[in-house]
Amino acid sequence: MTRSSASPQTTNPTPAIEVCNLTKSFGNFVAVDNISFSIARGEIFGLLGPNGAGKTTTISMLSTIQKPTSGTAMINGHDVVAEEDAVRKSIGIVFQDQSLDEELTAYENMDFHGRLYRIPGEVRRKRIGELLALVGLEDRKDDFVKTYSGGMRRRLEIARGLLHEPKVLFLDEPTLGLDPQTRNHLWEYIARLNEEKGITIILTTHYMEEADRLCDRIAIIDHGAIVVLDTAENLKNSIGGDVVTITSPDPDAIAGLLTAPWVSSIEQHDGLVTIHLQEADRHIPGIVTAIHQNGIGITSLSVRKPTLEDVFLHYTGRTIREGGATGKEAMRMIYRARGG
Amino acid sequence: MDIVYTIWLRSVKRYLRSKSRIIGSLGMPLFLMLVLGFGLDSVVQIPGMEEGYMDFIIPGIVAMSVLFTSVFSGIQIIWDKQFGFLKATLVAPVSRLEIMIGQTLGGATAAVIQGLILMVLVLLIGLHPVSIAGFLIAVGFMALIGVTFTALGIAIASRMEDMHGFQLIMNFIVFVIFGLSGALFPIDGLPDYIRPLTLADPLTYGVEGIRYGLSGIAQVHPFTCLAVMASCAVLMIVVGAYLFRKIQS
Repeated sequence: MTRSSASPQTTNPTPAIEVCNLTKSFGNFVAVDNISFSIARGEIFGLLGPNGAGKTTTISMLSTIQKPTSGTAMINGHDVVAEEDAVRKSIGIVFQDQSLDEELTAYENMDFHGRLYRIPGEVRRKRIGELLALVGLEDRKDDFVKTYSGGMRRRLEIARGLLHEPKVLFLDEPTLGLDPQTRNHLWEYIARLNEEKGITIILTTHYMEEADRLCDRIAIIDHGAIVVLDTAENLKNSIGGDVVTITSPDPDAIAGLLTAPWVSSIEQHDGLVTIHLQEADRHIPGIVTAIHQNGIGITSLSVRKPTLEDVFLHYTGRTIREGGATGKEAMRMIYRARGG
Repeated sequence: MDIVYTIWLRSVKRYLRSKSRIIGSLGMPLFLMLVLGFGLDSVVQIPGMEEGYMDFIIPGIVAMSVLFTSVFSGIQIIWDKQFGFLKATLVAPVSRLEIMIGQTLGGATAAVIQGLILMVLVLLIGLHPVSIAGFLIAVGFMALIGVTFTALGIAIASRMEDMHGFQLIMNFIVFVIFGLSGALFPIDGLPDYIRPLTLADPLTYGVEGIRYGLSGIAQVHPFTCLAVMASCAVLMIVVGAYLFRKIQS
């Protein structure tokens, strides 16, 4: 599913987004910690991390909603602090939380937005019609947004974000809380948008599958810092060829047992041992024998290719689902809720 | 100007669509007018005014209706904040001053409409019609009250996290402003320790201005009323705009 095209980063001299040592702290608490990256024009770039990792704070700084504590960020060649208005004209944004006026119709929401961006009446009406057709809301355009389902609202927000033809589109958790079918639909839609209109898209997500399927490159972000950044393919390759997972009543013993040189890494988590290695098919008999000889039981065993989930676990030592569970991260959430 | 119009338009549309709010907000003023107006009409004698108490409090009640509607319109920014709509507006390439002015004019327009509906109902109850000029003077003062207190609402909303403080504001700010103003009693008869408070209340000048328009009689000179209300409107816009600049979405 992953698009394996190499990053076109080097071919275009001015990147769509250039972030340098960007930091945001709230008091003593560092929400975004000295991150740097560059996104090429036309790229789909993913910020992947658990809730409270600093994704939304990063997006907030890039979209001029929050001021960075230090560091710089350029969007479409404009500085987010010094050239706020130029940045705002270049970007469209779909927030994590809904941001429509429910008491207005879909058309009125679009019209309001178009007027805010000073799009002349004739062009505005034409584009609203086109975009509503594009997201399949044409026949419901005069219905109040409060009668819309979650998926329809999301589609309307994306249409609104595109109305002023931004160079860069920010999608903050675009499919959060949507059912799988709608999610699939939106993914197709986002990919098509990127291809047809050449819009640079930066999206945040904590869905591995979403990042894997849509993004040209992915930055894994945890505790406010970028842990690793590459294409999904390279990320998966970087942690070794195969993954063997074993559930056992005594995972500690297994982790201590397998010290052979062909084991590239071994992690254990919630009674689950995850072993990264090359050519798993050849080594499985050896693993099973070794465990049995030491009198340890095996409840189940499986072999698969690594996923982004494994990548995340490998680089952070945690699964993405349990992110946000620690007290520190709960703090981060509170700060974020307060700050933006 | 386009932006101010855009924000104004949305604000007015929302108001006109909230039928329950429009009708609901008429209850309290009509109730006060009937109970106080008819109830005290035969008892209270206002010096220097040959009409009864009913005619005296009608401008006061109209002012109250405008006051409540405008503060409420201003505070509605908190809902925009909670529902995320404000964030989408703030990230657009427009200045916060434009947003704030649009919101203020929208709230003031809603407040004037609310006041006018009440005035029409009052005509049905039996207020004698006034001259066109008098009516326009009254509407002008309603507009100034609307602008002043919508801007106050925005200023308060800019500092509020959520709607939890709403009752506090209604009880300790709005009712005090209404209660101290000369809406329900003549200023001249007040004890010395309350009089300065009433004269320090901007709404007093709004009420007196409307009263001058509707009955031709006022205890404060209409030009003084105009000067004070206009200054208050400008001052509150400045304060509101200043605080709104710092609003965190």
